[in-house]
Amino acid sequence: MPDLPVETRDLSRKFGDFTAVDRINLQIRSGEVCGFLGPNGAGKSTSIRLLCGILEPSSGSGRVLGYDLKTESEKIKTRIGYMSQKFSLYDDLTAWENLDFFAGLYRIPYRERRQKVNEMIALAGLQEREKQLVATLSPGFRQRLALGSAIISDPDLLFLDEPTSGVSPSSRRAFFNLIQELAANGTTVIVSTHFMDEAERCDRIAFFNQGRLLALDSPDRLKSSVIAGVLLEIELPDPLQQIAFIQSLPYVKECSVYGLRLHVLVESLEAAALLEEATGTRPLPISPSLDDVFVALARKKEREENDEPDFCRN
Amino acid sequence: MSRIFAVIKKEFIQMKRDRMTLALIFMIPLIQLLLFGYAIQTDVKHISTVVFDQSLSPESRELLNAFSASGYFDINEVALSYDAVTQSIDSGQARAGIIFPPDFARQLQRGESAPVQVIVDASDNMVANQAIAIANSIGLIKSQQLLFQKMNLDAPPYDIRVRPWYNPDGITAYYMVPAILGIIVTMTMVIITAVAIVRERERGTLEQLIVTPLRPYELMLGKIIPYIALGYIQITVALLVGALFFQVPIRGSLLELYLLTLFFITASLGLGLMISNMAKNQMQAFQMSFFVMLPSILLSGFMFPREAMPRIIYYISDIIPLTYYLDIIRGIVLKGIGFQYLVGQVAALLVFSLLFLGISTLKFKKKIA
Repeated sequence: MPDLPVETRDLSRKFGDFTAVDRINLQIRSGEVCGFLGPNGAGKSTSIRLLCGILEPSSGSGRVLGYDLKTESEKIKTRIGYMSQKFSLYDDLTAWENLDFFAGLYRIPYRERRQKVNEMIALAGLQEREKQLVATLSPGFRQRLALGSAIISDPDLLFLDEPTSGVSPSSRRAFFNLIQELAANGTTVIVSTHFMDEAERCDRIAFFNQGRLLALDSPDRLKSSVIAGVLLEIELPDPLQQIAFIQSLPYVKECSVYGLRLHVLVESLEAAALLEEATGTRPLPISPSLDDVFVALARKKEREENDEPDFCRN
Repeated sequence: MSRIFAVIKKEFIQMKRDRMTLALIFMIPLIQLLLFGYAIQTDVKHISTVVFDQSLSPESRELLNAFSASGYFDINEVALSYDAVTQSIDSGQARAGIIFPPDFARQLQRGESAPVQVIVDASDNMVANQAIAIANSIGLIKSQQLLFQKMNLDAPPYDIRVRPWYNPDGITAYYMVPAILGIIVTMTMVIITAVAIVRERERGTLEQLIVTPLRPYELMLGKIIPYIALGYIQITVALLVGALFFQVPIRGSLLELYLLTLFFITASLGLGLMISNMAKNQMQAFQMSFFVMLPSILLSGFMFPREAMPRIIYYISDIIPLTYYLDIIRGIVLKGIGFQYLVGQVAALLVFSLLFLGISTLKFKKKIA
């Protein structure tokens, strides 16, 4: 496997006038778990579909596992696994039959097929339910079964498009353990998610917004590089009215709303006391979350594009 | 090969679970054949007839007897006025009316030509044509008999002897059952495959399929092979119904019929797949199937003889697979002929199969959107 299983240059995809993926340059390292993060419609799913070779790029280029996206997409398909956002196994087949079917599609030799299918049944925890129709399985089981069919061919690269949506929190955690196990065994994993706790467990995170790739780095490095300064959280009775005032203070770099609280980015801890004086409420220093990173990144991008002066809004 | 086999196996399992469709596969030939086999009678007998006999003579009675003895006219109403005849036909109570003028017997005795009016309700073409033909021939036969008596002849000068081959008794079922069989098979095959791909698209399973290394032709073959088996089951049921209920004889080789039917099944399945590749959803697939099926039934020569069609329609009927299959099945079942007379038809079906399956495979892109 090449060092960079995924490498793209200005990869774009338009649907009519809408640019779903806008000139992304992506480099995924071998054996890492890379999380695709961003709001709905940011271009995560479209990017994954482009990389799987099931969606034609409008412009730009890319190589996946060393194969050209445009001309060798069928070769890519022999060595990847894909789990789509929407459950896409056969409801009217049993768990076993589904796995057996995909094993056949990947030409797993008959001798190994039975064992391989049983392995996946075990991985999905479906030993008692292998003869049950998929339609009757709970979402958690269905999701693990979908993972099983995606990795039955031992792919070098695995794409998981929001695999944990609609699944209970405990199932989500168990599922992510599986993903990390796979990566530990050498599979490169690309997983899109909405959940910050999952994102924190990725080796690196790619932030998407409005079709753009905003950043690609490890969670810690993103936090320290994007959030330069000290982040304070302050709880005020009327946060929305206060934003403009806080933003106007000379020592405040950023200010944004988080639920009922405000997150205020300042140069250093000394500013906390000044802020307390100004607002009459004591701010608490917090460690930035990936949400803060995303907001900061999105805002920075916006500023770059609009060349607008700093202003505080959510 | 192993990928095609995986698809075939999957299709068979899904088919097995889809009880409704399976039941339809069996019930369609059974019910449709029984229904249509009995219902479709091109030989129109027992036409309800009203009589207004103003002559009331032995001569008029004799001619009337000839009408009812033919079996085509059932005289079940006697009218006492012209208006009554009109009313009876208008209301649909009678389909034909026979009117004798008051001086009918006298004219005959004088050796003049005696007019008899036969009114036919031609709003139904089939009934009317039959009634007109029979009425005319009754007139001719009776006139002949009179002439012979007058001229003291024993036999008519011309003696035309018609021998209707293959179906001497003119049994409608012999002609209809094989044709209905063809229609049932093509209809089921087209509709069942028309939804085959589009259903996977709708359910989202197609997205999972196209990220695998499965090739388009493997998917197409894997999809149709199980349905070929279904097609044969249908044909077997239909032939059994034909033999048991309608005593349709199979004069040619059954083996040959089964072998040549393969190309008709593949052509129908190919057509269905082509529709499935073009349709955006199952609804569209159904609509397109019907759009294709209706002309195929009407123009194949099942309903109307192709010879009677205008040139352009005749050429259109040339591109309908059913047209060729009707030749094949009627040829083998009724005429008892074999492959050597059906090479052209088989070749045509083979070309259709390859064309439809080829287009389906080429049109199927392993891409979304």
